[in-house]
Parts: sequence; structure tokens; C-alpha cells
Amino acid sequence: MSSDNGMFGAQGSGDTSGYGGLVRTAASTGSSERPYGSYFDSVTDDLERAYPDFADAIERVVVDRGELTLHIKVSRLVEVSMILRDKLKFEMCLGVSGVNYPDDKGRELHAVYPLLSMTNNQRIRLEVSVPDSNPHIPSLVEVWAGNNWNERETFDMFGIIFDGHPGLTRILMPDDWQGHPQRKDYALGGISVEYKGATTPAPDERRSYR
Amino acid sequence: MSTYTDPYAASRETTEGTVFSVTGGDWDSLVTEIGQAKEERVVVNMGPQHPSTHGVLRLVLELEGETVTEVRCGIGYLHTGIEKNIEYRNWTQGVTFVTRMDYLSPLFNEAAYCLGVEKLLGITNDVPERATVIRVLMMELNRISSHMVALGTGALELGALSPMIFCFREREKVLDIFELISGLRMNMAYIRPGGVQQDLPAGALAKIRATVKDLRHSFKDNENLLVGNSIWMKRTEGIGYLDLAGATTLGVTGPVLRSTGLPWDLRKMQPYCGYENYNFDVITADTCDVYGRFLIRVNELEQSLRIIEQAVDKLEKLEGAPVMVADKKIAWPAQLALGGDGLGNSLDHIREIMGTSMESLIHHFKLVTEGFRVPAGQVYTAIESPRGELGAHVVSDGGTRPFRVHFREPSFNNLQSTSAMCEGSMVADIIGAVASIDPVMGGVDR
Repeated sequence: MSSDNGMFGAQGSGDTSGYGGLVRTAASTGSSERPYGSYFDSVTDDLERAYPDFADAIERVVVDRGELTLHIKVSRLVEVSMILRDKLKFEMCLGVSGVNYPDDKGRELHAVYPLLSMTNNQRIRLEVSVPDSNPHIPSLVEVWAGNNWNERETFDMFGIIFDGHPGLTRILMPDDWQGHPQRKDYALGGISVEYKGATTPAPDERRSYR
Repeated sequence: MSTYTDPYAASRETTEGTVFSVTGGDWDSLVTEIGQAKEERVVVNMGPQHPSTHGVLRLVLELEGETVTEVRCGIGYLHTGIEKNIEYRNWTQGVTFVTRMDYLSPLFNEAAYCLGVEKLLGITNDVPERATVIRVLMMELNRISSHMVALGTGALELGALSPMIFCFREREKVLDIFELISGLRMNMAYIRPGGVQQDLPAGALAKIRATVKDLRHSFKDNENLLVGNSIWMKRTEGIGYLDLAGATTLGVTGPVLRSTGLPWDLRKMQPYCGYENYNFDVITADTCDVYGRFLIRVNELEQSLRIIEQAVDKLEKLEGAPVMVADKKIAWPAQLALGGDGLGNSLDHIREIMGTSMESLIHHFKLVTEGFRVPAGQVYTAIESPRGELGAHVVSDGGTRPFRVHFREPSFNNLQSTSAMCEGSMVADIIGAVASIDPVMGGVDR
């Protein structure tokens, strides 16, 4: 998904250690193989039975660290959510969390929905991704009304436009704010602080160790 | 329209109708002016600086006489960008940020975050038992101090002063324990990835035992003031109604969900930190109203005391056991303790890195400045905070800093139900309904 040069992430410091030529690439988690373990097999089986277009709508099924993630095509999100709510008893959606992967070309913005079934005591996660150039995801407010504020927050922070949302406005930042702060290209900002002659640079300008 | 200008209640014409600005003082001129208006419908802006809104919360109310026809919440006044800032610090420093989100339950924020980081690292089962029991102990103490604020300010906002004084007195006793153990009363950054920051100081368990006894006695005084009090019940019974279907679709959790009769408590349903090894009951009510939520909080105090007693028993058996994961590539190098000089330092550790071992010095320097790397991936960890499901969505790209940390805040999600609870009720009942949700604006806005 992402790659880093050098060992310590320091840039332009004239590194003479020889480690500067190293390239580390973080591995992207591929689709998992069956059996998934735990209740994940039965959940995916049930979804396949209840939803005939499963193979087309679900891009990847990832089981990582004991958690199931279904990567879904954006256009199918509402259909799948309806079935998960009504047929598989995932009554509760615990919001939406945006993630910005600038290096994932064509899929820069991800939206992650953790779902909870209180009837079956199960958790799964839905993930959709859209390109930065066309950041439209259908709103899930019709499916889970509680997603209203969460989608507004994700719009506010990432600029993802949730089509069909009843009132998609900023929620945390002021209405006239420019830009979307949680995007990776949005600078943190801050000023350097001087104390007793020494200067501490702003947090995003300090040397970082990636 | 009046012919003179009242400095406290000026009015002006807009396309939306007449706008009155009321900032206090003489209300007579306002009442006269509103009386001249043709329609009964009035839009009132309550907050963000209002003593009854439980923090910097702004409520926009549309009224027909005394009846509320529409409520809209305005939030964001306490937005601090914690989720953004975290991406510029290392994993351990992240604790210092998340602890400041919901400032009434700092230990829950820390626990949710640390459980997430540990899951990403794959060391969930390596965290020493003593550290886990201390986490449970601290979280339950924190639940008491948080409920004390919920009950105290809730009563205060409905006009009952004495419970507030009593609740803050009890809360103070819990904060004293926090101070003894972590050095700080709130925002303590005590729970760290891999364990806890330091072991309990000498005499802590004895003090906790004494405090538990004291609190159990004091809670009775408190209960006697409000439980069954006819004035209190008139203000709370049948108010802020939200049933199970409403709570589910709105993503409402915690005492508000349990007031609909569903015994949903993550400590029982999806245990973490070894909660399956403790005896306690999940408190519910079936009234779906403010009084039910009040009773749940009152009764949860006793359950927390039970858990604390069991945790203290366990800790006595685990005396001297480690409180941090054994892996030296993750565990912070020094167990800092408050010395006689009032400074937090470990003299043994300083002697080692400065006097005897160059490698220890290098190791210390690398770990403190650079931090540890966390394998790429994402996890969602949820715990039962005093307000409901507190979830941490933690994403790593394999680096020394969090790639993205998102908190699923129960305050944020529960506050959304204000409209469902209040529309159609009287203005005065909004206060009770909001107080029963117990939103903490630091958590709502992050």
C-alpha cells in the first residue's frame, strides 16, 4: 500500500550510514482463503444465500486479526447493507470512519463501517473505497438512521460526499472552513516554540522516524 | 415594535421574520414584543454557553408556546483535532492525546486505544495479568467518578443542588486514588500499549479498600435524596422517551439502551480485559425514560464497587508480578516512580544507561525518540464506557506512528437521539433528557 525510503525517515540530512537506499514496502492484505474461522464462514455463507449478487458486489473478504472485513463495490453498498440489517440481523451500525490512503491510486478514500448484531452477538466490518476525483458514496442514513452525524463528520473531515444524505453539512468544523482536515495532504499546522533560546519546531515539521 | 432600544433584548427584521437577541436583564420588553407577533412559532437558540446544556452544546429549538416541535443540536465547539494530531506522534504518545477526548472517562479512552494497538501488534495475550487487573480496577473507579458527574450535574440541571455537592464529594475520593496511583487526577495517560505506566504504590490497595467501604456508605445518603423523591420523579418519569427500536437504529448504547430493557453490556456480551472472571450484574430498566437511566446509573455504582473489590483481591495475590509486557522492543524502558525529591525518575535505570551499559542507552534512545513499529492493518476494539460502546478504529501502515485513529464515541452517537427524545415535549424537559444521555462534549467533538 505504501512504501518508504531509507531507514529512519529523515530526509535531506546527508545520511552517510548506507541505509538511505533501503526501500520498505508495507504489504497490502489480500483476500483471505476459506475457512475464515470463528463465525465468519457462517456469516458469509448466509450473506451469499440471501444475496444472489454476492460474487459481483463483494470485492474482497479479508479476515485479519480475528476481524472480518467485506470490501464492497460502492454501487452495491445500500443493497448489501439492507440485507445485512434485515436478513442477517446486523441491527446496529457503529458509524463510519474515513481513511485516506494517498498511495492507493484510484481508491484514495476509504469508508469503514463497523456493524454489530446484538441478536447473534457478532461483529463485521464493511469497507468501500472511492477515488479522490469522484468521492461519492451512497448514504446509509435510510438503513441506519444513526449514521446521519457520522456521515456528516466523515464529509467534514475527508470530503467524501454521501449521496442521499438528508442534510450533508459540516458538523465539527465551522461552516465556512476550507479543506478537509483529516486528509493526508492537509497540513497539521502549528508554530515553532522558542524557550530559553532553543526552538522546538511545530509537530509536523519535526524530524520523523517512519 | 417598541419605540426604544433595550440593550438586553434588541430586535431586528430579517427575511426569516423578526429576530430577538436576548442576553439577560429585563425580559418585559421582549415579552411585549413577542406578544405582538402574529404566530406562536418561535425559534430559540439555547447555548452554546448555557448552564443547563451539559457543556458547550448548542440547541436550536422551535417552539409552539411551551411545546418543542423541533430540536437541532449544534456541536463542534470543543473540536480539538485529536484524531489528526495523533498521526504526528508515536504510538505511545497517542495515549496522551486520546485520554483528553472524553475528559470524564480518560481511562476508558486509553484502554480502548491500547487494546487496539495491542491487537495490531498481536500481543493481546502477552499483557501481564497484573496489568489487566489494574486496568479493570482503574476503569471501574473511573466509571464511578464519571457516573458521579452524570448524576450530580443531571440533578443540578433540574434544580436539585444537594446531590451535586454530594456527588462531587464522592468523586473527589476516587480522584484522590487516581492521583495516588498515577500522579494525576484526570488525563493521566496511565494505560499504555503493553500494560500500564507503573505499578501501584505501597498502600494503594488498603486505601482503595477503605474508600470502597466509605463510598458504599455515602452512596446510600445520595440515593435517599433522589430515589423515590416525588419532585424528582415528576421531572424525570416518562420524560425523554426512547424505545429499543429507536435506540437501535440511532446507534444508541450504554445506560440509554439498557433503560429500554435490553441487558446489553459489552463487559458481559463480548468480554475484554478478563471481565468474564468477575461477578457483577447488568442493570436494566424498562421505562425507557430519564428516571430509568438515573436508576441504572445509581445501581451501576454498586456493581462497580463489587468489581473493584474482586480486582483488589486478585491484585493482592499478584503482588510483585510485572505490569508491562516482557518484550523490550515495546515496553517503555523505565518504570518511572515518584522519588523522595518529587521527581519522576528511576535511579536504577539512570545508573544502568548512564554508567554501565551503552546498549541500554542506545535502546532507550531509539525507543523513546523513534518508538516501535506496528504491523500494517486495521482493527476495531470496543469497550463499555460509562456512556456506552466506546470503539477505537486503529489503522497502521507499518510505521512508528498511527496512520489513522478514529473513536466511535458513545456521547456523539447518543446525543443524536436528542431530537427523537424531545420533539413534542415541553421546553423544560429537554434539560432532563439531555442530562440523561450524559454527553461529554470533549468526547462528542474530539
